Amino acid sequence: MLDSILFYFFAGVAVLSAALMVTRRNAIHSAVFLITTLLATAGIFLQLRAEFLFIAQIILYVGGIMVLFIFVMMLVRLDVALHHIRFRLQRFVALIVALTLGGYISVILFWARKLPGQGLFIQGAAPAERLSPNSEQLAKSLFSSYLLPFEIASVLLLVAMVGAVVMAKNKKGANEP
Amino acid sequence: MTSPGYFLAHLWLIPLFPLITAALMLLVGRILPKSAVSFFCVGSVFLSFVHAAGAVLQLRNLDPRVYQQILFEWVTPGLMPAFGGLSPFVADWGYLLDPLSAVMILVVTGVGFLIHVYSIGYMGHEGGYYRFFGYMNLFMFAMLTLVLANNLLLLFVGWEGVGLCSYLLIGFYFLKKSASDAGKKAFIVNRVGDTGFLLGIFFIATTFGTIRFTSLNLPDPVAFAGIKETLAAMLEQGRLAYGAPVLTVIALLLFFGACGKSAQLPLYVWLPDAMEGPTPVSALIHAATMVTAGVYMVARMNGIYQLAPIAMDLVAIVGTLTAIFAASMAVAQTDIKRVLAYSTISQLGYMFLALGVGAFSAGIFHLMTHAFFKALLFLGAGSVIHALSGEQDLRKMGGLWNSIPATSRPFLIATLAIAGIPPLAGFFSKDEILGQAFEHLPYLWFIGLLTAGLTAFYMFRLLFLAFFGLSRVPHELEEHIHESPKSMTVPLAILALLSIVGGWFAFPVLWGGESTFANFLAPVFRRVIPEAAEAGPQTALVDFLLMLASVAIAVFGIWLAHLIYIRNPQLHAKLAASWPRLHKLLVNKYYVDEIYDALFVNRIKDLSTGFGLFDAKVIDGIGVDGSAWLARVFSSISMWWDKWVVDGLVNFIGKFTQFLSTPIRMFQTGVFSSYAMFILIGLAGLLLYYGYHMQHHMQELMRNLR
Amino acid sequence: MMSPAHYLFLSLALFIIGCIGVITRRNVIIVLMSIELILNAVNINLVLFSRIFGDAAGQVFALFIIADAAAEAAIGLGIIIAFFRNRETVMADEMDLLKW
Repeated sequence: MLDSILFYFFAGVAVLSAALMVTRRNAIHSAVFLITTLLATAGIFLQLRAEFLFIAQIILYVGGIMVLFIFVMMLVRLDVALHHIRFRLQRFVALIVALTLGGYISVILFWARKLPGQGLFIQGAAPAERLSPNSEQLAKSLFSSYLLPFEIASVLLLVAMVGAVVMAKNKKGANEP
Repeated sequence: MTSPGYFLAHLWLIPLFPLITAALMLLVGRILPKSAVSFFCVGSVFLSFVHAAGAVLQLRNLDPRVYQQILFEWVTPGLMPAFGGLSPFVADWGYLLDPLSAVMILVVTGVGFLIHVYSIGYMGHEGGYYRFFGYMNLFMFAMLTLVLANNLLLLFVGWEGVGLCSYLLIGFYFLKKSASDAGKKAFIVNRVGDTGFLLGIFFIATTFGTIRFTSLNLPDPVAFAGIKETLAAMLEQGRLAYGAPVLTVIALLLFFGACGKSAQLPLYVWLPDAMEGPTPVSALIHAATMVTAGVYMVARMNGIYQLAPIAMDLVAIVGTLTAIFAASMAVAQTDIKRVLAYSTISQLGYMFLALGVGAFSAGIFHLMTHAFFKALLFLGAGSVIHALSGEQDLRKMGGLWNSIPATSRPFLIATLAIAGIPPLAGFFSKDEILGQAFEHLPYLWFIGLLTAGLTAFYMFRLLFLAFFGLSRVPHELEEHIHESPKSMTVPLAILALLSIVGGWFAFPVLWGGESTFANFLAPVFRRVIPEAAEAGPQTALVDFLLMLASVAIAVFGIWLAHLIYIRNPQLHAKLAASWPRLHKLLVNKYYVDEIYDALFVNRIKDLSTGFGLFDAKVIDGIGVDGSAWLARVFSSISMWWDKWVVDGLVNFIGKFTQFLSTPIRMFQTGVFSSYAMFILIGLAGLLLYYGYHMQHHMQELMRNLR
Repeated sequence: MMSPAHYLFLSLALFIIGCIGVITRRNVIIVLMSIELILNAVNINLVLFSRIFGDAAGQVFALFIIADAAAEAAIGLGIIIAFFRNRETVMADEMDLLKW
């Protein structure tokens, strides 16, 4: 019972915020709505007993990436009063295609009901104990089986950092702070 | 066969002497002095004369009186189909001496020699001395080849040779347009006649299979038969008969050729104009020798003519008409040489009349006597012209009888001879002809008689106008009247002597003669068939009456001339005034030249103009311009092809590629949101596609979810 | 935990909305944010299936995706700043240098 309420609350917030995010004219508003979406998603993670990811999502995604986004938005000095959204064929087509895709996958999921098993639509009894304590289990996998991807990810972050610095550097004066 | 003497064996030398000196003149004549030229050229003719005389003398020892020698075989094509079957045809370079050609070579070399001697004096002051003698000797060579030839082909070679030399000598003063025109006219009119002659030769060749005259005294008479023998054989076999059409055709064609060369109607027009040449040329070629070639040829072919009576009649008629026609024109001429030219035509007509009635020996006799007195007349005229420093118009002469006696006395003798006054040569020959004519065709005799009267008239008119009466010579020339040098007057004297005694060869039987001439020539003119028998001697009375008639009309002509031109000089002017149209007609030579010009000459000129236009317009137009136009058409076609097809193909490929790429290019908007859309569309497509095919995989997945 | 279907539908919805955002918006920063949304949808899916199977791999993968998202956001924003310096615009349909 609590599960359902929590789920529907977080899911609704997430979807609603997402929908609002893609339709705001003001970019700051969009950023804020993305933050709420991310927070809602973190809640979903928590409900799925992925505690580490819940924290990681909030710290990294919201605290890091979205702050970065808002900084850049302020740097770029977006004009608040932007052009009206014109109706373009491309947008219409995109809407159609996206909805078609969604509808299609929904159809598949509902069709899966007829299959023997109906695994998807039964509240799954998950062997939750296998994943707790979550952080330790995660760390075990991360630093043993998936060590290489972990290192590569560090390199990736290094490269991204260097790249971002180079990209955003002011080319005219090398001496300016 | 008795062995021939030196002169007969060396018969071939006779034409060779003048040929050598002619070649000598051609090569080195320019650098030789005049004396050397005279010595060589006249000397060679003298040598020919000596050899000719010797050969004739030696011929009399032969029996039959025929001598042939073949120098080399010239044309040997082999067997030839002829009227009488296959026969071996051969034309060789050979010489034949029989009584007929004997007479001819004596006349040619004798009179020729005298004229050459005369030319030394006459041409002494002219330019081109060596050229003149070179041409004259070349002419002698050609003429001797003509009369000595033993077959028709070699005769034709000589025929053409004399035609060429005539052209060269008539146009000797080639810087004068009238002279070169006259030369051209002579040659062209001759050529017209030569067509007939050649056709006649071809006919003879195909009919008899041979063109050799006779094969007597040849080593192999059967293999190379002559015309004479073949004709006899054919008559015997009955394949040819008296009056056969093929023989008539041959005779007529040969006579057409003779007309051209001997200046008969209608091809006589070249002879008066030929007087443009120097006077010795007129004397030799157009009086004594070349124009007689036609007579000789017909006489040589007498066997054929005797069997074609229609042709013989035509020959006689044409001869007579020519005689009177020319005589009528001579009456009104004012140039001394022109009068003599028309007189020559008229006398040649007499010769053909003789041949036409069958009196072949009479015709040849007249040929011989005519050579004597006509040459004398021309040389005398030349002497007069020389004395008057080039004046040739009769109206400007007169009273020269005592001024130039060495010329005027022989001239009188010649005039008497041609008028037919006995006992000079002309009387005998002319009378012989008229007698024979009376036998066969009396109306022709009558016309001949009239012509004789006309002849006497115009000849004495010439004499009186030139030598007698008041002098009408212009003053500036009168002071320079001088007699000609000995080289000119001695030949005149010799010819005068010949004109007197020449006729005594053929004293008529009536007067106790033996007609040696006719007997000499008898073997040549033997009757081929008994039907065409020669007219026997007529009754003495008819003969005598005929003689009387010809003498009477001659005397009448002389008296008339004396009346008009000496006693009443104004009379001729009055006569001319009372018949102005007739006078004009005669003076303008019946406008024959103008008629020929309009009918033939100008039409041929129009034809060549037409051809020229055709060449310029059609051939150049079509050929040159046409091919240029065609090339332009082709180039424009290939240009079109290149522009539209080749380039079009290339352009098409380019445009097609562009056409295909343009819609696809639109996908590259540069805006990444549309790229994202395409990714999404692709994703949807992929899922749609694989979804249908991976149902069981999905089932698997679903099962595992439990 | 609800039935997996709920979470799958949630993930699908977020994914679709993210796609719409990528394609539809003119402002590139908002496009980037939509991409983050898509990544989040994928994260939800991964964590769900990690929970169902009890395997930590899903969560490890989700962690890597977050790290990667951070790097990508940094680079992307750097690019936008560089582009903005040249062109004075962040509108997607004005960034059409690669246009045909």
